[in-house]
Amino acid sequence: MSTLLRLATAGSVDDGKSTLVGRLLYDSKSVLTDQLAAVERVSRDRGLEQADLALLTDGLRAEREQGITIDVAYRYFATTRRSFILADCPGHVQYTRNTVTGASTADVVVLLVDARKGVLEQTRRHLAVASLLRVPHVIVAINKIDLVGFDAQVHADVTAQIEGLAGGLGLADVRTVPVSALEGDNVVDRSDRTPWYDGPSLLELLEEIPAASLPEEHGFRLPVQLTIRPQAAAREEQHRDYRGYAGQIASGVVRVGDPVVVLPSGRRTTVAGIDTADGELTEAFAPRSVTLRLADDLDVARGDVIAAADDAPVPTQDVNATVCWLSDKTLRPGSRVLLKHTTRTVQAVVRDVTGCLDLDTARSVPAETLGLNDIGQVQLRLAAPVAAEEYVDNPRTGAFLLIDAQDGGTLAAGMVGEPLEEARFPGRRPSQYSI
Amino acid sequence: MTASDPTTATTRGTTVSVTDTSETDTSETVEPIAVDSSAAPNQAEAGHTTEGAGLRRLTQLQALESEAIHIIREVVGEFERPVLLFSGGKDSMVMLHLAVKAFWPAPVPFPVLHVDTGHNFPEVIDFRDRTVERLGLRLVVASVQDYIDDGRLQDRADGTRNVLQTIPLLDAITGGRFDAVFGGGRRDEEKARAKERVYSLRDEFGQWDPRNQRPELWNLYNGRHRPGEHVRVFPLSNWTELDVWQYIQSEGIELPTLYYAHERQVFHRDGMWVAVGPVSQPREGEEVLTRTVRYRTVGDMSCTGAVESDATGVEHIVAEVAATRLTERGATRADDRASEAAMEDRKKEGYF
Repeated sequence: MSTLLRLATAGSVDDGKSTLVGRLLYDSKSVLTDQLAAVERVSRDRGLEQADLALLTDGLRAEREQGITIDVAYRYFATTRRSFILADCPGHVQYTRNTVTGASTADVVVLLVDARKGVLEQTRRHLAVASLLRVPHVIVAINKIDLVGFDAQVHADVTAQIEGLAGGLGLADVRTVPVSALEGDNVVDRSDRTPWYDGPSLLELLEEIPAASLPEEHGFRLPVQLTIRPQAAAREEQHRDYRGYAGQIASGVVRVGDPVVVLPSGRRTTVAGIDTADGELTEAFAPRSVTLRLADDLDVARGDVIAAADDAPVPTQDVNATVCWLSDKTLRPGSRVLLKHTTRTVQAVVRDVTGCLDLDTARSVPAETLGLNDIGQVQLRLAAPVAAEEYVDNPRTGAFLLIDAQDGGTLAAGMVGEPLEEARFPGRRPSQYSI
Repeated sequence: MTASDPTTATTRGTTVSVTDTSETDTSETVEPIAVDSSAAPNQAEAGHTTEGAGLRRLTQLQALESEAIHIIREVVGEFERPVLLFSGGKDSMVMLHLAVKAFWPAPVPFPVLHVDTGHNFPEVIDFRDRTVERLGLRLVVASVQDYIDDGRLQDRADGTRNVLQTIPLLDAITGGRFDAVFGGGRRDEEKARAKERVYSLRDEFGQWDPRNQRPELWNLYNGRHRPGEHVRVFPLSNWTELDVWQYIQSEGIELPTLYYAHERQVFHRDGMWVAVGPVSQPREGEEVLTRTVRYRTVGDMSCTGAVESDATGVEHIVAEVAATRLTERGATRADDRASEAAMEDRKKEGYF
């Protein structure tokens, strides 16, 4: 059975990322003849000898005209073993915003490094973002290896640099592959021009890498989206008294009969049934959308979280968090915002900005405000409790958005706790972040 | 419910339930709807976990289905007046099927909206009406023909009406005070769509601003908007054409018959087979032939092309799509091929 893998690509300006993505699509035969014909026509018009594969991915007119990529674009390709959803994140404009967006859903980040330039400031920052977002796997494609004469030493040097950085950032799984996106070496097929590299091609790696963590690694959490209560609208008599709580399982596994607690109220009950339109299930696991029936008639509504009774988060109104600031507006202590956590949106006030992350050193420096593309630590006070957990413990219930209550814009991507610190120094949680 | 105040929709949404929505909105947006529960097919293999394999992993189709259902439920939880764009075509049938599953055993809590070009395949309109009847849905029709009849729109020289759909669509959204509009668009369809969000904010003119989109993180969707603005929602964003067909097969979703191979009188124009019909007559030199064809999309009959095919059943189409080397729009939509930026321009103006 085919499974899905979500990946995000990141890189710096002119490192050939669009070409690499175009090559993956082209060599995996995911480019269709009319798309290729269009690219070949435009390439010819521009006096190019070969089809410019970057044109496959540059979707907007301004991008084609300026030869740059503006926004995160999503691509789809498949092999016989796997289907891939690729978030293609541009490197130069608002790189933090784009990379954070792409990495938030990624099982794998594919990071490009130009073999001629080696590790750049941008590379360091992308690795820091991957660690911060707790992306399970990172593949560094050392591109333009043809332009350094397929030199084994260049690959070894860059690999050593990357491994050093990865260790310092607490990234558990980082691999390097020497590729030429332009010529196709080691992208889909293994190249005979890199005899010193006996590892898999990039696509082979993507096919083999385990997808995200298994559901059973985290406790059961189901944020309630809706109460399903058809009453008189039910066509079938048996469903007139139906009452179920619809949601997508955020993490974990649930079985009929499991003791659960409804948060933030703290009331306990057991799972009476797990329903889908296809019939009842005896167990269900993340990320399945289901409808739960509970044994007791409790007051449960959208925004509540149903959690495993013996392993439930403690709802809180005080949240210390790391936020990636995505807006032109400045975040200051005292700012009033909305916080969206799972299916609950509450008012929040920024008590304090306690630091800003220097991505080059992966260390926090003192800060009083945060601006566009800053990543900083804040203390928030909420108008109502949320069932938040540390992002490192459970990304789905540790993530939140900050939203501008006036214009509705998304201000920040938030993660409860200090995920980068905790990745770098496992087990040593800074006391200032204990709530 | 009074005129929706969308800026408060998200916070108020924390207490919305399906029942609440239908109770309060019955007179205007939601007819009392009863879903024939047989419409939610009992697909044993789709419903089971992969316990047998020892690994708890959803299959690709299960993962896509759960993601789409989550999105559909979020919209009903947070918006006042959603509506589903429904043409009777395969993507809108998949959308409707997912909506039925999302709220089972309650009825689908929103109406459906068809932007009718007047250049329809008769069998598609029949199918649309039967489906709406079977599921007890309320159908809103925005008619391009009405706009042409009273002079608000004029037919174009090339005869296609796909591009004329934008104004009737926007008027229907405004007139129905719809704040969320579900579409079946997929990011794999076209390069400009690849950059569209699941929640795509539109201004009061329905315009899409591709350079100023909200970042979309994790599975947290931000649907807040100001009065007059609305959000287009694309729950099938991450599906491919092959996913759609495999899902139609595994769920047993019924489609209009023209998706399957049939004999039809056609003529060759702009590299496509065009059906002979009231709005698509052969010009001089265009020879009418009988061919075994099928359609990959349904749209304006005058500019939607057929492909030669012997695929009489869904299993044949799954095999054909898996092997095909032409995107569905490239094969069969003359209007999308006009310029490299054709879709981007139409989307900016408020097209689907």
